Amino acid sequence: MNVTTASVQFTGSAQSYLSPTGVEVAFILIGLVVLGSALLVVTVRNLVHAALWLVVCLGGIAGEYLLLGAELVAWVQILIYVGAIVVLLLFGLVLTRAPIGHTDELDVKHRAPAVVVAAGAAGVLVTVVVDAYRKVWLEPRAAVPLGTGAANGAALFKYWVLPFETLSVLLLAALVGAIVISRRGADGDSDEPESVGTD
Amino acid sequence: MPQFPDAVSNQNMTNWFLGSFDTHIPWWFILVVIKAVAAFAILVVLTLFNIWYERRVVSFMQMRIGPNRVGPQGLLQSLADGVKLALKEDIVPTNADKPVFWIAPLLSAIPAFLAIAVIPWGPAVSIFGHWTTLQLVDLPVGVLYVLAISSIGIYGIVLAGWSSGSTYPLLGALRSSAQMISYEVAMGLSFAGVFLYAGTMSPSGIVNAQQHGWYFYMLPLSAIIYIIAMVGETNRAPFDLPEAEGELVGGFHTEYSSLKFALFFLAEYINLVTVSALAVTMFFGGWRAPVPISLWSGANSGWYPMLWFMIKLLIFVFVFIWLRGTLPRLRYDQFMAFGWKVLIPVSVLWLLVVALFRQLRNAGDLDRAHAVPIGIGIAAVFLLLVVALEVRERNQIRRTPPPTVPDYEPLAGGFPVPPMPGQSAPAVPRRPQFARTAAAPAPALNGTTAEEASTR
Amino acid sequence: MNPDSYLYLSAILFSLGALGVLIRRDAIVVFMCIELMLNAANLAFVTFSRMHGRLDGQIFAFFTMVVAAAEVVVGLAIIITVFRTRRSASVDDANLLKY
Repeated sequence: MNVTTASVQFTGSAQSYLSPTGVEVAFILIGLVVLGSALLVVTVRNLVHAALWLVVCLGGIAGEYLLLGAELVAWVQILIYVGAIVVLLLFGLVLTRAPIGHTDELDVKHRAPAVVVAAGAAGVLVTVVVDAYRKVWLEPRAAVPLGTGAANGAALFKYWVLPFETLSVLLLAALVGAIVISRRGADGDSDEPESVGTD
Repeated sequence: MPQFPDAVSNQNMTNWFLGSFDTHIPWWFILVVIKAVAAFAILVVLTLFNIWYERRVVSFMQMRIGPNRVGPQGLLQSLADGVKLALKEDIVPTNADKPVFWIAPLLSAIPAFLAIAVIPWGPAVSIFGHWTTLQLVDLPVGVLYVLAISSIGIYGIVLAGWSSGSTYPLLGALRSSAQMISYEVAMGLSFAGVFLYAGTMSPSGIVNAQQHGWYFYMLPLSAIIYIIAMVGETNRAPFDLPEAEGELVGGFHTEYSSLKFALFFLAEYINLVTVSALAVTMFFGGWRAPVPISLWSGANSGWYPMLWFMIKLLIFVFVFIWLRGTLPRLRYDQFMAFGWKVLIPVSVLWLLVVALFRQLRNAGDLDRAHAVPIGIGIAAVFLLLVVALEVRERNQIRRTPPPTVPDYEPLAGGFPVPPMPGQSAPAVPRRPQFARTAAAPAPALNGTTAEEASTR
Repeated sequence: MNPDSYLYLSAILFSLGALGVLIRRDAIVVFMCIELMLNAANLAFVTFSRMHGRLDGQIFAFFTMVVAAAEVVVGLAIIITVFRTRRSASVDDANLLKY
């Protein structure tokens, strides 16, 4: 008996090992991490530390996706956001000479109104959500087969082909645009003398 | 699921080792712990072995002897070096950002260990009477997991470079992040062909799909692109620009010492094993026995597959060492141009061809008799394209007039300067060594007369 | 369990991102806060997908990620160009249309 259960669990019928309460506890813990790190992203004075807290936050969101049964989205989140986008941002920070130590980053005059606006937005959004979804209830185990690679691929290429193709055009445009913008001294309108040396 | 008749009988003899465990711990948990510890131990031992292996093989290629004092054939040399490294003073630069300086080596080493979790080392085997596959977890999107985890390793390098508060590490970090991001694209594209053929992203599924032929034979170009990209991804020679000793001292780990440096070293060698294991899994049949051995029916069951896997893995490690011993380092712009202008376009085109073939095969419009000429035709067009581009480039090089180089001034700006490319220093007549006469013309370069020189 | 909790998380995360956009100076950190807001939206999408038992929300999350990647590429190019001429990556310093 024992043999069969063990092998079933290992050949991976995609079942969640977490009980419903386990899912809830995990949600709360990860949610606290996400919120805490997001707060740090906004308030930490050191730029590179902010980027690192952003990594923690995005990783936590990937964890929430896993809890929601969206396995593929979770790994793509790590691959694209953590693995590429934040690395690019760090790259930008280093290129623009992010100083080690404290900066005058947060010394803006309108800090109080900004906090008021953000709190107001949060209040409105939360009340709307409370009002809208009071009576919905989810069974945590029901969603597991939903987010697999096969299901996502089928949905993407059956129903969402046109947006997909449009996005590829957008990516191409972004690529070309980035190259055009960052090319030094295009069309000779740069204020720097171009041929200073053979560098 | 095949039935294993002897599993039940094995289970009856409860052995001494497991009797000591609390029976409430579920079996799968014990097996997972055993496998995790084993994977960790294998990785660490392989690292120690690979360092020795690399030093010996490179020595052999350079007609030296290499480490042969500590232990039999010098096998324990890396262990001794490790102890030495651990006992060294741990220096943290004053300018460094301390917390990040501490985290960076960990961020580099931990993902390296994590990535091995989804690699299948063998089929189902019996461990203490319980059947389990030699794989820690079998994620349905396992290959994506490896890509995601290995991209986290970049952080270790970028942060190490930034937090050192020093120029060379910063330059090395910038180089390496650009390098890894660019080569990851080619890597992902080379996997896409395998996904198309295997129909799954799970590593064990991909190994199963290679039962009747390795993907290296079906997708040779994908395999070659992956092998090139994996060298770029692990920062190994000839693509070891982030730590180019001649230009950047040590690159991102210049300021690191002692155990923190050891962690970077460990991460590099574990990444070597991980990408090799991935190459074996994706393109070279995983744990399946190679052709002459696979005729023996027992070759693909029990613990033997782990042996085949290890042999293939070590062959890949040898290839890495061979590359290091053979090729000089690329220049940075050549390297980036190669990645973006050669590897990525080629892999996109190749992916188109693979997808086309796959679709035609699935639709049933293509039999073997047609497939071969079409394939040859595509290959010919491809080759022609490459040759045409190459010829065009060469012609352009020939047509562009050589840049006009100003005459060489030995004392431009008051300092003695070496000649620029294209310039040549005027031949300085060699001074007769013991000339006492002032007849010898004073060399223009340092502006001293012969007498002054001889009095020094 | 109640899907509300995911949506609360998403809403608060969005507000935090907005706060960051309002109070930070460095253009790249402003970018990071925009990423936070995009991620909050993604979390809401995936939650909705889970609630309705359909995949559309998850597909939309993919699309958002692609758009975010494109946005970061172009945005970084702009920031680096501004940095080259103004020697600063602060949004307060980018106050001229030319040079």
